[in-house]
Amino acid sequence: MRRAVLAVIMTVAGLVALLSFKTHSGDQTPAGEPTTQVPALLSGERALTGNTVATIYGPVQVQAVLRTSKIVGVNILRRPAETSMDLQIGQYAFPKLVGETLIAQSARIDTVSGATYTSGGYIQSLQSALDIGA
Amino acid sequence: MGTVVSFDVPAAARADGSLDAALSWLHWVDRVFSPYRVDSDVTLLAEAEVTVEACAPEIAEVIAACAAVRTQSGGYFTAAPGGRFDPSGYVKGWAVERAAAILSRGGSTSHLVNGGGDVQCVGGRPRAAAEPSAEPWRVGIADPLRPGRLALVVAAADGAVATSGVAERGAHIIDPHTGRPPTGLASVTIVGPSLASADAYATAAFAMGPKLARDWTESLDGYEAYAITPDGEVWQTLGFARHIAPA
Repeated sequence: MRRAVLAVIMTVAGLVALLSFKTHSGDQTPAGEPTTQVPALLSGERALTGNTVATIYGPVQVQAVLRTSKIVGVNILRRPAETSMDLQIGQYAFPKLVGETLIAQSARIDTVSGATYTSGGYIQSLQSALDIGA
Repeated sequence: MGTVVSFDVPAAARADGSLDAALSWLHWVDRVFSPYRVDSDVTLLAEAEVTVEACAPEIAEVIAACAAVRTQSGGYFTAAPGGRFDPSGYVKGWAVERAAAILSRGGSTSHLVNGGGDVQCVGGRPRAAAEPSAEPWRVGIADPLRPGRLALVVAAADGAVATSGVAERGAHIIDPHTGRPPTGLASVTIVGPSLASADAYATAAFAMGPKLARDWTESLDGYEAYAITPDGEVWQTLGFARHIAPA
């Protein structure tokens, strides 16, 4: 199921709002337990769990770890793992995406050029986690 | 087209309907241009079930633009990369650039639209009333060789930043001359006024490989290039340095 998702990020006094919607309806939320153990939270941190997002490669779900309003970590709860290719990609892509998330916060970056659309599930799930905290 | 588009816009764009108009435009583009939809104009054209004249006029516009870049790039950019009509390599940047223009027409003077890593910037980043002048947007260039790192940061008040390369999902660009993925570059970033052009140029340069791409991008009027090879070597066109953001 291919989806077109539009994330709308508004910079108004630090407010981050999101509109996201899909052009297709269908099987969006695969069942199943999260596939990954997450590290324990440190004092002062809180975890926000995003929606499970169906991508053409499989379900993706992430959890944002925040200290005050800053993202200090991202845990991947679900990732596509149907094939060894998916596993390989996941092992490469998710650390990259997590790193980019943390860098983007720390380096005064407004956006990143060079990501591909496979990051869509990650971004969507992360944004839904942040919406909970907004 | 299975991509994520993010907007950074003033709140007014949400209130005055121009953000909705930009979103509607992108959905329309997806319906008409997606090669994954069985009923899109692009699919019907590829199946030779309709003529160009029967399609939305934007189809002819895109075909003409693709042909122009094909000529300009010596055939390294094509609207049929796998032998089948699929102008996606042009459409993404073109659609994102136009979405940014819709916001400008709605009155916004400061916004950024990022479609799957290809970015159109307008007017610099939003500033507080007390600040004397607008700062450019800061666009990080993902480092294809070092996961989680940025290669550098580009500053753009108005303008586009497009990157083609082997990212998370592996090679997805085909050299039309060989039918195989090109191997000589890890990524190419193009900076210039129009995202439609920058995106297509990045795709063409990536397909060319390092030797051809370097001379070709140097010859482009108004566009500059920055490239990383699989060995970690970096080169850039003469005018690129002025786009690099101060640390």
